[in-house]
Amino acid sequence: MAESWRQPRRLLLLAIGALVVLFLVAPTLIVIPMGFSSSKILEFPPPGWSLEWYGKAFASKEWTSGMWNSIQVAVVTAVLATILGTLAALGLVRGRFPGRTLLNAVLLSPLIVPVIIIAIGMFSLYVRWKITGSLLGLVLAHTALAIPFVIVSVTTSLRTIDRNIELAAQNLGANPVRTFRRITLPLILPGVFAGSLFAFLTSWDEVVTAIFLTSTKFRTLPVVMWEQVREVVDPSTAAVATIVLAVTTGVLALAFVVRRQAPAS
Amino acid sequence: MTASALGLRGLTKHFGDVVAVDGIDLEVQPGEFVTLLGPSGSGKTTTLRMIAGFTTQTSGTIEVGGLDMSHVPPYKRDVGMVFQNYALFPHMTAAQNIAFPLEMRHIGRDEARRQVAEALGLVRLEQHGGRYPRQLSGGQQQRIALARAIVFGPRLLLMDEPLGALDKKLREALQLEILHISRRIGATVIYVTHDQEEALVMSDRIAIFNRGRIEQIGSGEDLYERPASLFVADFIGESNVLRGTFQRDATGGRVVRDGVEWHLSEGVMDRAELAGGTEAALVIRPERMRILERGQPTPGGLNGVAATVNDVLYLGPIRKYGLTTAVGQKVVVREQAGSSGRDWASGDEVWLAWDREAGVLLADPPTSS
Repeated sequence: MAESWRQPRRLLLLAIGALVVLFLVAPTLIVIPMGFSSSKILEFPPPGWSLEWYGKAFASKEWTSGMWNSIQVAVVTAVLATILGTLAALGLVRGRFPGRTLLNAVLLSPLIVPVIIIAIGMFSLYVRWKITGSLLGLVLAHTALAIPFVIVSVTTSLRTIDRNIELAAQNLGANPVRTFRRITLPLILPGVFAGSLFAFLTSWDEVVTAIFLTSTKFRTLPVVMWEQVREVVDPSTAAVATIVLAVTTGVLALAFVVRRQAPAS
Repeated sequence: MTASALGLRGLTKHFGDVVAVDGIDLEVQPGEFVTLLGPSGSGKTTTLRMIAGFTTQTSGTIEVGGLDMSHVPPYKRDVGMVFQNYALFPHMTAAQNIAFPLEMRHIGRDEARRQVAEALGLVRLEQHGGRYPRQLSGGQQQRIALARAIVFGPRLLLMDEPLGALDKKLREALQLEILHISRRIGATVIYVTHDQEEALVMSDRIAIFNRGRIEQIGSGEDLYERPASLFVADFIGESNVLRGTFQRDATGGRVVRDGVEWHLSEGVMDRAELAGGTEAALVIRPERMRILERGQPTPGGLNGVAATVNDVLYLGPIRKYGLTTAVGQKVVVREQAGSSGRDWASGDEVWLAWDREAGVLLADPPTSS
């Protein structure tokens, strides 16, 4: 009696769950077939199949230079944000100084403050410093946006380390630098690495500050896509989007694997 | 004059308004095993952390082997430490853990390997050098931690409740093992615990900590037989505290309570150095008291008081009685099984007696809690 009453309820739950998942991922997945379309315009469902648009995308100077710029910005951002974010996390977790809570809030604020506001602010400043439309300008902007992800990831790793382990290292003759290199860093490395992947992704698909800080001479992939969609609407945008999606998914999967292999002490 | 292995002089630590350690003086001789014993929050662990250099003292000095270490960073103190939760490096094998202090001291690879093997042998874990800490049991981890703390020949070995996380059987086995190893290598050990039995088993001397001060320091026997304060009497072993007024005159000294008098031997009285008329406490260990038949003549040289048996606890080799005296004091008496003429039962009206030489007379400050 109870079983038969329960069974339809479970099915209903399953159906609602499936609908929510579909609602979340369908707009992303719909892009993939559109990139393999034989049509001349972006449409769904595609009338036939072709690899034509991938060929066009790789032949176009606009797309390839955008992709190259995006990779450069994302890699440099990841390196910079990882170093700065790791150091910040160390200070925030281990340090004892006045204003620590406030500093923590400031460093994490890019997670909360609307990106459009950050973008406008950065644009006004960077124009004055003459670094708009350059690799440097966009790297600085993306680093600010990416640092919170590194801090959160590294902080979580640091908190799992028993403080006595570091004290034991010092007691056994390791000065603070050697203690960090031999003990702390190896133990937080999975957190650092996961943080760097999130930093890479933050930059890789960032479009708001990029619109403000790029120029016709220096554009990243999301900016090119944004402009393409507004102007020409041919399926090469979908082809490029599929490539972006593949990179993002790959990096996320890597971050997931790294996180799972973090040693539990 | 030989330098002591450790010298603490006026060591003090404040945390804000809280005085955690309040002017500790302590001299430890080379090869000595000294335990810091006290309730939690009494300052024993803070003292140990100051010796290790993890916490900086507010004032006072720390000398190790005649060298002033007061402001030397922990990694230059050459002092080994064993932590309660082992603090092994989880990403290194047991052998790599033990090799770590040697590596920090730039010992050659072959020599380091030899010393690691020797240390593993000392803690009887020769076969476990290649294991990671998570593959070892708690007792094995603590033995690796011990090997790591002694392999570089430290000036001092500090141990912070090293057996606190282990079960009773293992704890007792490791107590003896730590004792044997430290004797074999001639280590000077400063050992922190709140377990008085552990302190009695292991130590040459025990320092009783209370509210940031050393209340008394001495051998286990000193502390047990001649406690200097009610706190010590209470903390080490069980004790019966008989409160009353101390009186002394030409005939001798006695403690008086509600008309009942207990005579004191010269020895007991002299050690107390109390003035007549003060409130005092006569402290007598449970095994020093005897239960006699009520109404029989008391043998000479004994003190006594009428009492009622409340509880009888059978503990295998010994029997423990809980009694209330005629003047309202709770008393515990311990007797060897088969030693007494008869077994008493709850409700028995008896006569409680003890030798006049037994016990310690202590001041009973009215402010004490």
